[in-house]
Amino acid sequence: MKTPVSWIRELVDLPTEVTTEALAARLTALGLKLEAIEKPGDALTGPLVVGRVLTMQPEPQKNGKTITWCSVDVGSANGTGEPQGIVCGAHNFAAGDLVVCVLPGGVLPGGPESGPLAISARRTYGHVSAGMICSAAELGLGEDALGSGGGIIVLPADAGAPGDDVVDLLGLREEVIEFEINPDRAYALSLRGVAREAALAYRTAYADPADRAVPAPSADGYPVEIDDPQGCPVFVARVVQGLDPTARTPDWIARRIQLAGMRPISLPVDVTNYVMLELGRPIHGYDADALQGPIRVRRAHEGEQLTTLDGTPRTLSAQDLVVTDDSGVIGLGGVMGGGATEMSGTTTRVLVESAHWDATSMFRTGKRHRISSEAGKRNERGVDPLICEAAADRVVELLTTYGGGTAVPGVTVVGQAPDRAGIEMAADLPARISGIGIGADTVVAHLQAVGCRVTVEGDRVSATPPAWRPDLVDPHDLVEEVVRIVGYDQVPSVLPREAVGHGLTREQRLRRRVGRTLAGAGAVEVITFPFVGAAALDALGLAGDDVRRHTVRLANPISSEEPSYTTTLLPGLLRAAARNLGRGAAGATLFETGTVAFPVDRGPTPIYGVERRPDVAEIESMLQTLPAQPLFLGVVLAGERERAGWWGAGSPAGWSDAVGLVRRLGAERGVEIDVTSAARMPWHPGRCARLSVAGTELGYAGELHPRVGAAHGFPARTAAVEIDLDALVRHVLDVVPSPAFSTYPLAKEDVALVVEESVSAADLQAVLREGAGDLLETIRLFDVFTGEQIGEGRKSLAFALRFRAPDRTLTEQETGTARDAAVALAAERCGAVQR
Amino acid sequence: MSGPNSDYDPVEVTPLKPEEVDRARAAALAAIEAATDAEALKRVRIEHAGDRSPLALANREIGALPPQARKDAGQRIGQARGAVTQALAQRQRVLDAEQEERMLVEETVDVTLPTDRVPPGARHPVTTGSELIADIFVAMGWEVAEGPVIEAEWLNFDALNLGPDHPARTMQDTFWTDPQDHGTVLRTHTSPVQARTMLTRTPPIYVICPGRVFRTDEYDATHSPVFHQVEGLAIDEGISMAHLKGTLDHFATAMFGAGITTRFRPSFFPFTEPSAEVDLVCFVCRGVDPEDCRTCRGEGWIEWGGCGVVNPRVLRACGVDAERYSGFAFGMGIDRTLMFRHGIEDLRALFEGDVRFTTAFGSDL
Repeated sequence: MKTPVSWIRELVDLPTEVTTEALAARLTALGLKLEAIEKPGDALTGPLVVGRVLTMQPEPQKNGKTITWCSVDVGSANGTGEPQGIVCGAHNFAAGDLVVCVLPGGVLPGGPESGPLAISARRTYGHVSAGMICSAAELGLGEDALGSGGGIIVLPADAGAPGDDVVDLLGLREEVIEFEINPDRAYALSLRGVAREAALAYRTAYADPADRAVPAPSADGYPVEIDDPQGCPVFVARVVQGLDPTARTPDWIARRIQLAGMRPISLPVDVTNYVMLELGRPIHGYDADALQGPIRVRRAHEGEQLTTLDGTPRTLSAQDLVVTDDSGVIGLGGVMGGGATEMSGTTTRVLVESAHWDATSMFRTGKRHRISSEAGKRNERGVDPLICEAAADRVVELLTTYGGGTAVPGVTVVGQAPDRAGIEMAADLPARISGIGIGADTVVAHLQAVGCRVTVEGDRVSATPPAWRPDLVDPHDLVEEVVRIVGYDQVPSVLPREAVGHGLTREQRLRRRVGRTLAGAGAVEVITFPFVGAAALDALGLAGDDVRRHTVRLANPISSEEPSYTTTLLPGLLRAAARNLGRGAAGATLFETGTVAFPVDRGPTPIYGVERRPDVAEIESMLQTLPAQPLFLGVVLAGERERAGWWGAGSPAGWSDAVGLVRRLGAERGVEIDVTSAARMPWHPGRCARLSVAGTELGYAGELHPRVGAAHGFPARTAAVEIDLDALVRHVLDVVPSPAFSTYPLAKEDVALVVEESVSAADLQAVLREGAGDLLETIRLFDVFTGEQIGEGRKSLAFALRFRAPDRTLTEQETGTARDAAVALAAERCGAVQR
Repeated sequence: MSGPNSDYDPVEVTPLKPEEVDRARAAALAAIEAATDAEALKRVRIEHAGDRSPLALANREIGALPPQARKDAGQRIGQARGAVTQALAQRQRVLDAEQEERMLVEETVDVTLPTDRVPPGARHPVTTGSELIADIFVAMGWEVAEGPVIEAEWLNFDALNLGPDHPARTMQDTFWTDPQDHGTVLRTHTSPVQARTMLTRTPPIYVICPGRVFRTDEYDATHSPVFHQVEGLAIDEGISMAHLKGTLDHFATAMFGAGITTRFRPSFFPFTEPSAEVDLVCFVCRGVDPEDCRTCRGEGWIEWGGCGVVNPRVLRACGVDAERYSGFAFGMGIDRTLMFRHGIEDLRALFEGDVRFTTAFGSDL
């Protein structure tokens, strides 16, 4: 809401020393948030003075233009008192006229592209032109302002004397405060409301512009019927006739409309807009000669057609409120009028509609038809229903004053604003809620200050809000009114009583540590957008029936290419890795922990009322329809993992780094990760590990499938991980029991076993462990060897077995027996042969 | 070697003559002194202190002396051998020291060589920032509450007093799952976590809810369709705006340093009444001569978030006894907070995944 400060001052008796900045700050503290202060006149620098044109000499030029060589009396403003020679391109003035001259040294606002325009004496068309005779646009005013009709401004003969300063004369130096108005303060979308707040801020007198004597309703007004009094409780109609279609909008109205950010159009339109800005009540004017028969307000019939005055044909819904006459629908009530009855340049008879509309209906209609208008903005937030007559009368006053028309005596008033109920609250509620010591007297005074009618009974206060405050409904709404006037800066700073929490949950702590482990291992965390589309899933090589293709789709995705919430973190990670490599990084080890979503397909999620808490069953049936949303961990390892350096060669990332990271995650939490080989896209089918804990699958790790790597432009052997972190966290022991360990000497036995390639190291190790029995303390694979000596399709795996007894030093015989038992079981189960 | 002189013959044994012993001793000491490395000293040791050294050989001749002469000779030899042994040890220490000195010089490396075999990892500042915030509140006895990002419409809107006609429920602001009338949204704020907390717990409730949220904003330097919020909720007996102010002041100080407090401006949010915008004293200029401050753009204050007293309608929908309890809630953008705390110029830096950005923040804020 842009409000010219001079307009505010017209309605409120503000101390003269109050600056615009101070006013804006006080109003911000009251809840009208300062958005910006504009000072349109500040771009003007004098000398900008009244000049009297003494002589005018038209001089045709070779380029076809005719310029005018003028001599202008600018009084003593030029320092000499001699007439000023100025070349002018316009012709809409005559010798003897008073015009606006900017003299050398002055600066005009200029256009948005040119910027400020400095004026100097310059040679042009064979003369030295010492200044400029100004048009309205050149002064930063509307093009037609001051009756200039787009040309030079000709001042009224009594405007002033040559040499008089024009800035003050024309009120060019204006200050405008733009407020951001919260949805609950619709009353402040008007000067009436802003001025009321200003009066509140400075505890000063305020003249309500809606407080005016209006003619009584009469039976001979324009016939209006309301079929839907809930949608349209009040409809006031007045008619002005005999308007001069050529009558111009007075400059002060046009100027204010312009300063408020709207565009002056024609007298009748400008007047309705002016009254809307002044009082906050949107007004619609009809060309009364285009109306056919009585006006009737009703809900539209489904499918009814209307071309609104913006030229758009619209198909109406049965929920739209419409204004009709005998010809059919002539307007979307309160939102936008129809084209057929629009006021035009030939309109001489205007019907002024000042009606109150149901806010919710306005919002829905605006949304349905995608109409956003100044009128709609106010009607859907709530307008004072009691000022319909005053607003209509103000329009009639301005139209008859400046348009040469006369008011038709009939005054139509149909319907009545609904009564407001009083709100009851404990008198100490504002004090309890704000923490400020606010006495009952203050509560009453402040509620009265915002327009409430207040009664006190014991320790209870009852307040009936004013008609312009539809937002005041609950006791807490009254509390806010009281507290904002007392001042939010009065709220003391007190810590609540000591809360007694249990700290982070185990899951929360574990999740944090996952990130620390990975960062410690050289991985960098990223956050990517969780949206995915078919292209990204195709690039992962997922089969058509892969579960990761069954996604939660969005009704309104950012991009139709990525219409779903993702089921995998890999697309985002791969993209981020490619971005890093593309920017010159030799390698990228990235991780992300993020939610993925899998639909549960249990139908729509119910929506309940808010009068009470939904019961347990209702909550359950609401929650069980939501998608499954586990927290996943994804890692991508592309390119260099260890750098080359003076220590020797570097090493590229590979499948073992990927598997190793997950093993490390498990190990640091005391969880043993089981690794088996698997085939799953987007991994290399021979280099993909399935990771699980105690039979629960966590996810997969390994080298990316060469096709997937190539599709993303990755170096060979790029690896990736994706696991369900929630599942991992679930398997972490609550309380780790202390280990028991022996301090007797360690006995070492190494064995090398030859097995078929297909036997996995993990399986063989498990068998050895089982065969070696309880004396085995640790087993670790330390070498893998393939070659001619071993034979084709076979490999040699060397294990270090370490034995120790809890209670004695083992004999060579004991360890030898255990080793032999291990090898024997390996031979039996895995066909292993000791080398 | 001569045989034992058990007959007390007054024989003379040349090697035991004092001048011979002295010569052998002097020769030994000279040789020791002349040894310049461990190897040479080893040879000297064998030659002058070994089994076949003159003094050792002389020592064996003591028995050839008559008993009365043995003591003298023994003493002489013993002293000479002692002197040699001592000199050897002394020389050994000197040579060892020299040797160590040489070795240490030889083994000197350039410790300024790079050591970054594995490039450093890092955690995302949004993660560590969320943890920092959570820790501040956990230290006050609060708990961290969480919820899903794909959320029931009722929890995201209705329960929070955003009625069916609230403008935020349009397609312009909210991501809806398909079909739109199925009542599920990508949560537009972390407030549904507050609703969930109230539905499942009984007061007193003190929870902080950091998390990812979604709005259909254009993606530019200051907006993103995916961003992060932290909200706090306190429900207890006698909770007032004063407690809200106290909590936010404490939060601001913990996050930005001593003296950085907050101010309230009246505002509007459906889930709180009264509502306020909360501004932070600019932690760069501290509100002193803010004209040239780039962080607060001359305001002296930074807009930080929204807050207020929980609307009793919200308490009612979530099953909290609004007669007995009152509460406050607040919320702010984590990304935005990090932007001004760390001078991040472009929000998109948080979501691009460039490791140069993230590693600059290390693993904790």
